[in-house]
Amino acid sequence: MRRFVDLHLRAPIKDLDQVERMVRKSSELGYRLVGILLPPSVTRDQINQLQHICNDAKIDLVTRVNFSPKTPRELLHNLRRFRRKFEVISVTCTSKGVARQAAKDRRVDLLHFPATNLRKRFFDHAEAELASKALSSLEIEMAPLLLLTGFLRIRLLSRLRREVAIAERLKVPVTISSGATNEYLIRGPHDYAALTTLFDMAMPSALRALSENPLAIVERNRAKLSPDYVAPGIRVVGRKSGD
Amino acid sequence: MTKWVRRRYLALKVVSEQPVNERDVMDAVWNAVLKLFGEYGASQANLRLMEYDPQRNFAVVRCSHTVLERVRASIASITEINGKPAVIHVIGVSGTLRALRKKALT
Repeated sequence: MRRFVDLHLRAPIKDLDQVERMVRKSSELGYRLVGILLPPSVTRDQINQLQHICNDAKIDLVTRVNFSPKTPRELLHNLRRFRRKFEVISVTCTSKGVARQAAKDRRVDLLHFPATNLRKRFFDHAEAELASKALSSLEIEMAPLLLLTGFLRIRLLSRLRREVAIAERLKVPVTISSGATNEYLIRGPHDYAALTTLFDMAMPSALRALSENPLAIVERNRAKLSPDYVAPGIRVVGRKSGD
Repeated sequence: MTKWVRRRYLALKVVSEQPVNERDVMDAVWNAVLKLFGEYGASQANLRLMEYDPQRNFAVVRCSHTVLERVRASIASITEINGKPAVIHVIGVSGTLRALRKKALT
């Protein structure tokens, strides 16, 4: 059975009631893992509180941070500081330089582009090639699709259609997430899969983008963050005690 | 010979801040289909409300099986009913009403 993942809940972590409502709704709709967007300055106590809420809802919490750096240098600085603190790192690419740096850096998990400013969606062939080598994933947020209307939605759909086609051609994994700010913007995984047909994504790819692809990111990063991890393919299997 | 029309029945759960009646639900679904797929697309859907339970906010809608994903996408795109935030979740899909009731109840 598929384990569905929503890697992007924009829950306000200061309002724990709202977080609880959103997490419960996600669990009810069939998600098994949710990524909650956290500020880089989040404390261990706050994460523990969220963990507690997720445990009650029988759902696995993934800690996620989003960077919107202005320069590639700022991005590298943020990655050095925070990579080991969070399970998933996404980068909102607001300039071509940042987009290229994010796509080729293996520490970046998700490439995120602004939904309303289409001039800043830099996901083209060159970007996809870099992302494919570095195992970065293209993130498609569904909340803007629900909220936008008319010409803005038409343009967004058209751009997403192009990006998904490029990603498929160059084998860049696509991740679909809700980007929901409240429980009214959360939909079930099969509803999201149906919505992706609007930009010509095949149903099996859509279901992969909601389960296997995000799950692979989380599992890979959890393995890397574990104290037994040494290098890709090498991990400590036992320690000698006493010496 | 008449071709057998295959249909799909969708069990829907309406979540809204205010009470909604069956007309509100169907208006919202029709408007969403029209908005996303236009009049031509809506004409292919063969949408029909089969039952509605206002106490549980539970509805069953029938559509043509060829446009199931379109109808599902349209239902997912609903964000408000009567100007108030609302959402309609598809909780089950089946080819017969009997199987749907079984699925939705379990």
